[in-house]
Amino acid sequence: MSFPLLTATAALPAIGAVVTAAVPAGRRTAAKWTALFFSLGTLVLAGLVFARFEPGGDRYQLTESHAWIKDFGVRYDLGVDGIGVALLGLTALLMPFILLAGWHDADPSPDSRPESGGGDTGGARPYRWRPTQGFFALILMVEAMVILSFEATDVFLFYILFEAMLIPMYFLIGGFGDRAHAGTDDNAAAQRSYAAVKFLLYNLAGGLIMLAAVIGLYVVAGSFSLAEIAEARANGSLEMAGSTEKWLFLGFFFAFAVKAPLWPLHTWLPNAMGEATAPVAVLITAIVDKVGTFAMLRYCLQLFPDASKWATPVIVVLALVSIIYGALLAVGQRDIKRLIAYASISHFGFIVLGIFAMTSQGQSGATLYMVNHGISTAALMLVAGFLITRRGSRLIADYGGVQKVAPVLAGTFLIGGLATLSLPGLAPFVSEFLVLVGAFSAYPAAGIIATVGIVLAALYVLVLYQRTMTGPVKESVRAMPDLRVRELAVVVPLIALLLFLGVFPKPVADVVNPAVQHTMQDVQKKDPQPEVEAAK
Amino acid sequence: MSATAVHSLWTTAGEVTSAAPGDRFTAPTIEYAQLAPVLIVVGVAVLGVLVEAFVPRRHRYTTQVFLTVVALAASFAAVIGLAADGYATKSAHIAAMGAIAVDGPALFLQGTILLVSMVSVFTFAERRLDPASHGNRVDSFAAQAGSVPGSDGEKAAVKAGFTTTEVFPLVLFSVAGMLVFPAANDLLTLFVALEVFSLPLYLLCAVARRKRLMSQESAVKYFLLGSFSSAFLLFGIALLYGYAGTVSYAGIAAVVDGGVQDIDPALADTMGNDALLLIGGALVLMGLLFKVGAVPFHMWTPDVYQGAPTPVTGFMAAATKVAAFGALLRLLYVVLPGLTWDLRPVMWGVAIVTMVGGAVVAITQTDIKRLLAYSSIAHAGFILAGVIAASPEGISSVLFYLGVYSFVTVGAFAVVTLVRDAGGEATHLSKWAGLGRRSPLTAAVFAVFLLSFAGIPLTSGFSGKFAVFKAAADGGAAGLVVVGVISSAIAAFFYIRVIVLMFFSEPKADGPTVAVPSPLTMTTIAVGVAVTLVLGLAPQYFLDLASQAGVFVR
Repeated sequence: MSFPLLTATAALPAIGAVVTAAVPAGRRTAAKWTALFFSLGTLVLAGLVFARFEPGGDRYQLTESHAWIKDFGVRYDLGVDGIGVALLGLTALLMPFILLAGWHDADPSPDSRPESGGGDTGGARPYRWRPTQGFFALILMVEAMVILSFEATDVFLFYILFEAMLIPMYFLIGGFGDRAHAGTDDNAAAQRSYAAVKFLLYNLAGGLIMLAAVIGLYVVAGSFSLAEIAEARANGSLEMAGSTEKWLFLGFFFAFAVKAPLWPLHTWLPNAMGEATAPVAVLITAIVDKVGTFAMLRYCLQLFPDASKWATPVIVVLALVSIIYGALLAVGQRDIKRLIAYASISHFGFIVLGIFAMTSQGQSGATLYMVNHGISTAALMLVAGFLITRRGSRLIADYGGVQKVAPVLAGTFLIGGLATLSLPGLAPFVSEFLVLVGAFSAYPAAGIIATVGIVLAALYVLVLYQRTMTGPVKESVRAMPDLRVRELAVVVPLIALLLFLGVFPKPVADVVNPAVQHTMQDVQKKDPQPEVEAAK
Repeated sequence: MSATAVHSLWTTAGEVTSAAPGDRFTAPTIEYAQLAPVLIVVGVAVLGVLVEAFVPRRHRYTTQVFLTVVALAASFAAVIGLAADGYATKSAHIAAMGAIAVDGPALFLQGTILLVSMVSVFTFAERRLDPASHGNRVDSFAAQAGSVPGSDGEKAAVKAGFTTTEVFPLVLFSVAGMLVFPAANDLLTLFVALEVFSLPLYLLCAVARRKRLMSQESAVKYFLLGSFSSAFLLFGIALLYGYAGTVSYAGIAAVVDGGVQDIDPALADTMGNDALLLIGGALVLMGLLFKVGAVPFHMWTPDVYQGAPTPVTGFMAAATKVAAFGALLRLLYVVLPGLTWDLRPVMWGVAIVTMVGGAVVAITQTDIKRLLAYSSIAHAGFILAGVIAASPEGISSVLFYLGVYSFVTVGAFAVVTLVRDAGGEATHLSKWAGLGRRSPLTAAVFAVFLLSFAGIPLTSGFSGKFAVFKAAADGGAAGLVVVGVISSAIAAFFYIRVIVLMFFSEPKADGPTVAVPSPLTMTTIAVGVAVTLVLGLAPQYFLDLASQAGVFVR
């Protein structure tokens, strides 16, 4: 038996989470280094996956298969296609930066140290509240579940992870809020727990609807194996009545649309991203939400090709609404983190548009977009987080002239912003261009409308930069220190990656393209031929 | 006249082998070995009563705990022995002159009841939680159940360090009834078993050490409503007897199927009258649905759960549900399968209002025990969805769910006993604020139980819920699955609310403390957590067990 590489990529952060949680209360720094060490180890394993994956080979590679719950027909089946590899790589790559950026986020603040020994009867057990260990352990837990969900090729296994990852996320949002809040501590705690509950309930409701569809799928297909169902559908041995397929598709799509998030199911995201610390916000939008769009590609299109085509017009419209609506609301935000959240909603609109354009450019573009959006949002959000920590406020109006005081911070913020608005030369440009080309060739009107989103993106990013970084230096930011070594270690590699993938996207594109071809075959769509050729 | 017309439909088509009862007196043949699980428990319960009479007071607690645990363990061993001899599968048959069925579901449920009772008894025996009174370690039960609350007699009893060690034989009697309940193979045995397990429970509810009036009130409510439901059940039995001329399950089923030809002349006017069958069946079902706690027969649940001593609540919530669902399954699958289609709309209705009602009303609760009571109602609805599936898969999924649910429930109530303030257990939800910061471990354990109740994947609650929903969907009840999923989402809200309260609220200065329990309660909680996680991650073995056990003998 060969080494179970895919299991290892998920098991390592899971073990890391347990080890980190077990670090004694006093050894806070040790816990942080442990977590970072495990996340780097995972990155190495992800690199191995990338190296051993052959883009031209089988659809699912490095597969593993074990019986798990026979009675439910559930198997522990893993395998990656190009899309999975790309997103697995993204997750493993961003994680060390997220941990580094959140290095001090969970330190107990000196004024709110609770009294020790007060909790238990008779002081038999001293009070042990270990937020730091918990914070880092939870992040690693999320990493393990997300990675495994990219690797699962069993619908049930995927569903379990899809739901289970909500719990650690929930504690991360609700338990470790942003200290830079508006208003009193009580108020902040209430808002934070509101955001966490909203996040959980939206996603749980989506997930439970999906559970009904998962059960329905099993009743119809008699199996949870992605490969088996897809094969049965392809060779015609599994006939699904049209209405059944549509209902099941809707059940799955609803859950993914909540996660992605697609308008009008998006409202939890600004709350969650606003109240969470910047690294956790990155974890939400750059990594966890990608599971939603990834699942649309892998599950909706592959399991329900006809229903996907049936629903395409509506979904394209929803995606367009997300693009424009998200961008417009981003323009109007006064809170930096909520602005980035609405920008993300706009970007998720692009991703969904690319997926459901049903062209190979569109889907390749969408997959690349997932990767690039992850990196660019991480860069922008983490720098924004550094900025917010310095001043202790999330409001744009509290900043001004930062570029004179902290030029490196301002510069990196600008590059992150420019990546967000898809400036040519930075990675997101390639993917956004592909999505637009793909959308245009299938639905010209949609392509044109989506382009407006780019213009609005320029507006919200540049206005944000102008208001916070340029102009006269505000009194409150005068003493603001520039980026420290730890912060530079977070930002510089991310920016280097943005530049590298902007001029040379081939390594990722090569991995993604064959997988997209497979998906296109599933939905039996061919790219529309250019007019000239058709006229010949 | 009319009767003969009806009965001409079932002319002789072969001799029924059973000897007509009442011809002459024959000594009953009792298969003692196969009834061993019940006999052991009853025997030790009687012994426990003698202990109360003859053993000096200071030795009673130790003796009773020892006897009870040994009885439950021996009885469990007997169940395992029977299962190992194949009584659960190939040699399942009916024992004790047709009164008791020894088959897969019976043995599976008896095993579950015994294990759950065992861990519950540990919480009964816990004596470290309440502060010592007058130098005596005390448990959750009144010093002297007979003394009037607040009276001098009570004070004297407390001062003398009395404890109500009668609870242990009472639990054993109750367990004995529960063991018979799902195995009962005729309606009279069913009724006797019902009374045998209910009466001790009424008593147990009344003997709380603290908040005695509330406890007594809950016992009275439980007793009155329980008596009503018993009366309904008994009336239903009478009508069914009128319909079938027999109380044995197989006999009634045969009449329902139309395969009976010899008519009891005394019942010639009523036998085969479908009105009797439908009304009688409905009344018997009502009696069982009351014990299950299904809407609209659930009114007693919140009051009794809240008022009863918490260890009793845990025991009752877990074990009663197992026993009652077992009896319900047998009734629907053995006696009334012919009525599946007649009863389906009713059962659908009950399942839907139970799921939705339990989940919605739970949202407004402010007391943790009442909250868990409504949650248990919602869960009864989920289980009913599996019962309705009317397939072997339905049976095994319900068996599995019951096993899962009962351990989580006992564990959750055991945690409730730990959180205390000056007035005893602090059950008001506002007092649980910030518990996660004061006692992270306790709160984390409780969170695991809540997540399991909510059916979050990787916990046993999810495996169970998935099993029953899958069975229901397979059995053509897709609508129930959708309702179940929606009520799960509603239910998730209030489970999450408690977690929010524990972890994200600031602890209050005068908040409750978490008592350090003895290894007894720790064992209960540890077993609960272990079962929750193991059945969440690797449920296969137990699913196999449940599906092997999923065949009723008739």
